[in-house]
Amino acid sequence: MPKSRLIALLLAGWLLALAAPAHALDAAAVAQLAAEDSAAKIEAVGKLAADGDAAAIPILRALQNDELYAAEGRILIVRGDAATDALTGEPVDTAAAAPEPIVVNNRIRNAIDSALAGLRLVAPERELRLAAARELAGGAGAAMLPLIRAALERESDAEIADLLAQAAATIEIGSPDPEVRRGAVRVLGRSDRPQTLELLAGLLRRNADGDFVEPDAAVRAEAEAAIATIEARLFVPRAIGALFSGLSLGSVLLLAALGLAITFGLMGIINMAHGEMLMIGAYTTFVVQTIFRRYFPEAFDAYLLVAVPAAFLAAGLVGVALERTIIRHLYGRPLETLLTTWGISLILIQAVRTVFGAQNVEVANPSWMSGGFHLGADVVLPSNRVAIVLFAALVVLLVGLFLARTRLGLCVRAVTQNRAMADCMGIPTPRVDWMTFGLGSGIAGLGGVALSQIGNVGPDLGQSYIVDSFMVVVLGGVGQLWGTIIAAIGLGEVNKFLEPYAGAVLGKIFVLVFIILFIQKRPQGLFALKGRAAEA
Amino acid sequence: MKSDATFGRRRGWRRMVLGAAAALGLAASAVAQAADTIKVGILHSLSGTMAISETVLKDVALMTIEEINAQGGVLGRKLEPVVVDPASNWPLFAEKARQLLAQDKVAVVFGCWTSVSRKSVLPVFEELNGLLFYPVQYEGEELSKNVFYTGAAPNQQAIPAVEYLMSEEGGGAKRWFLLGTDYVYPRTTNKILRAFLKSKGVADKDIEEVYTPFGHTDYQTIVANIKKFAAGGKTAVVSTINGDSNVPFYKELANQGLKAKDVPVVAFSVGEEELRGVDTRPLVGHLAAWNYFMSLKNPANDEFKRKWAAYAKAKNLPGHKDKPITNDPMEATYIGIHMWKQAVEKAKTTDVDAVIKAMAGQTFKAPSGFIAKMDEKNHHLHKPVFIGEVRADGQFNVVWKTPGPIRAQPWSPYIPGNENKKDEPDLIAKN
Repeated sequence: MPKSRLIALLLAGWLLALAAPAHALDAAAVAQLAAEDSAAKIEAVGKLAADGDAAAIPILRALQNDELYAAEGRILIVRGDAATDALTGEPVDTAAAAPEPIVVNNRIRNAIDSALAGLRLVAPERELRLAAARELAGGAGAAMLPLIRAALERESDAEIADLLAQAAATIEIGSPDPEVRRGAVRVLGRSDRPQTLELLAGLLRRNADGDFVEPDAAVRAEAEAAIATIEARLFVPRAIGALFSGLSLGSVLLLAALGLAITFGLMGIINMAHGEMLMIGAYTTFVVQTIFRRYFPEAFDAYLLVAVPAAFLAAGLVGVALERTIIRHLYGRPLETLLTTWGISLILIQAVRTVFGAQNVEVANPSWMSGGFHLGADVVLPSNRVAIVLFAALVVLLVGLFLARTRLGLCVRAVTQNRAMADCMGIPTPRVDWMTFGLGSGIAGLGGVALSQIGNVGPDLGQSYIVDSFMVVVLGGVGQLWGTIIAAIGLGEVNKFLEPYAGAVLGKIFVLVFIILFIQKRPQGLFALKGRAAEA
Repeated sequence: MKSDATFGRRRGWRRMVLGAAAALGLAASAVAQAADTIKVGILHSLSGTMAISETVLKDVALMTIEEINAQGGVLGRKLEPVVVDPASNWPLFAEKARQLLAQDKVAVVFGCWTSVSRKSVLPVFEELNGLLFYPVQYEGEELSKNVFYTGAAPNQQAIPAVEYLMSEEGGGAKRWFLLGTDYVYPRTTNKILRAFLKSKGVADKDIEEVYTPFGHTDYQTIVANIKKFAAGGKTAVVSTINGDSNVPFYKELANQGLKAKDVPVVAFSVGEEELRGVDTRPLVGHLAAWNYFMSLKNPANDEFKRKWAAYAKAKNLPGHKDKPITNDPMEATYIGIHMWKQAVEKAKTTDVDAVIKAMAGQTFKAPSGFIAKMDEKNHHLHKPVFIGEVRADGQFNVVWKTPGPIRAQPWSPYIPGNENKKDEPDLIAKN
């Protein structure tokens, strides 16, 4: 996250600049941070914020990060083995003092966040002020009002000023004067953040006696209107978010099924061990990650660049070995193939269990895959899912190019459409067979890399995807790459569309029923091959 | 010809004698073996979706057995663990339980995590009069003479957690998103919670219940829906997700930026072990309610952690040898095995009925820092309740606790019809 890193950098620079002036912190307030009672701690945090002295920032940050300790009436900042006095900055020997950590909970953390934001409102850098204003616009403590008002008067940047006005409004919404409350609600109507909705919805709630929390009907009407405008503003990002989650599920299905679309779709092999190719890809990612962690920890974020080709090779080689030793003897005998490959899948699962253990292994996301892209204040597209959608698109593109534009791709199509004729034309069909099967397995390995980034990696990983994979290929139309793509994305979207209404369990059942009905109507799937090729 | 036959017959006779002697000898040695040890069954999933939680319970059970054996065993006999893997497969739990009781003739079984696995083995234990120690928090609504429940009942975990989140200290939640895996424990717990919330004046529109299948990995829609639901007022999420689904769930929470200070998630089946391998920095402040946390500071816990670290290192346990982690069900397993040992010593036999009688009122200095006591009647432990917030290092800060151990209510008063149920099992099994 370059943005947060930038903020951290700015902050560090600013803190350095501030380190020069002498500390003039309210010693009583700092001591009160160690109080037993949360309310007292929050009061102390509020006092430090209201003083507006930036020297309080390191103390509050230490409190936020569980680094603030109390020892014999002194407040210490402890980092690793080094401890310093929070007030004076002098190093302290902790061996004698036995410092006790000061525990904070969510309630106190909320107060700290808004206090820190309040203190940063005077920072000269725009980025810092913007981040602070954003934090405060989500709701601020009543004690912050003068601070926010003062900052608002100084502020020249329109975006920050608007956020500050909203922050002030979140406080003024509790004012005794109904006119002020109405004005505040109107300002809040400009917001696009869910916390504002939460705040406004609170006004329309009834308290224990059955009366409205907000006694004035005009303010309530204003609040309802504000909620409606915010909801309307949130509609588009939320819709994009929902479509994206379907697309993301679809691309996961696509990556899982694409290899099968080649081995089953093009070659006609019912490969029950396809799921295990995914698993091999995922375990390869795990191995590569472990090697990187041990030998190249500084390059850890780049391990996926190695994992992708490694998984392709590992799964592809296992696929080639399977084809050469077992499956080629079974061409044209679908039942035997089905049973044999199922047996192979059990063998592979047990082999992995023996080597890596039965428990899930941990595959960590590289840091650039954590977090997400914000669409407004409410909707976040997680980076790992965005990366997988792009990865799926890339793999599909490469496979499509391979089949359409390369000589080997031409041979593959020729052999799968009419083996005897291809043989007559001098195409070495056995070689094409193992290469195609290896390619299909390798692509499944790539799917495994993607799955390792969003789910759990265990020996049973493949089992949970094999049914979905067959579903996608059959629905898309056997032998059709396009059909597979559309079926995968379509299933993802339908699944995610149904989930909010039917729940995850029922949603999945509906999808299965839908596929059964669809296959009844169109046994060839979405896209049927036409002409002589269909019989091959 | 004749002599040959005689010789042959004699040789045959001799062979028979030899064979019989060998068989006798074998039997005798088998008897000697059986007299030397007491067999103890361990029934935890070592593969499948629940392996993430249960594998470590198998290890802590083995550690405790080793510890007891090092102190001379029970009644002068060593304990012999029999470990089986029911593979997160509920019918297989029943088969493996039958195998342990009927074939291996174990004196006691320590095992199960999910309630569906416990429900699956229960008829077997009642039919064969076996003894099961169940170490995990659960939904209550059950009381069998053949089971001792060393985990929490709802009033020792779920209810205090929800009460905390309703309080000013916990954020004053007004709306509740109940999210769980689709089986008996989450459904029953949520039924109890719904009744409890209603008794506190929470309207139906402010409660949302959502379930996902075991092993579910795609929590995008659910997290987005939690956000939408939270816009209607201060919301808390109560998660009863079990098994490895928790990893993708928490990753999704972090990636979608759902902060604990806005929408706290309290989990009942997530402890230190489940959070291993999740980057907990974005999850700081989310909560869990248990009767034990690894971060508790007291001599009993220090001792427990030290033992576990040494054992994990000695046995080269993956993960734990570098970063030993303890959690609540591990503590409950540890307490259970020790209490069973004490009861056997009190009864002076491993006979199930005698041990059940001797279990009543047993006490043990638990790693939670309190004296855990087996209730005289209801087969549940008296336990303290802790509510912890996730720290950046994957441990928990205790933010609330009961002053002392509280008694379990297996029959929750929030489920209608429970008023008349007896707080002790029928002494004669129902069938």
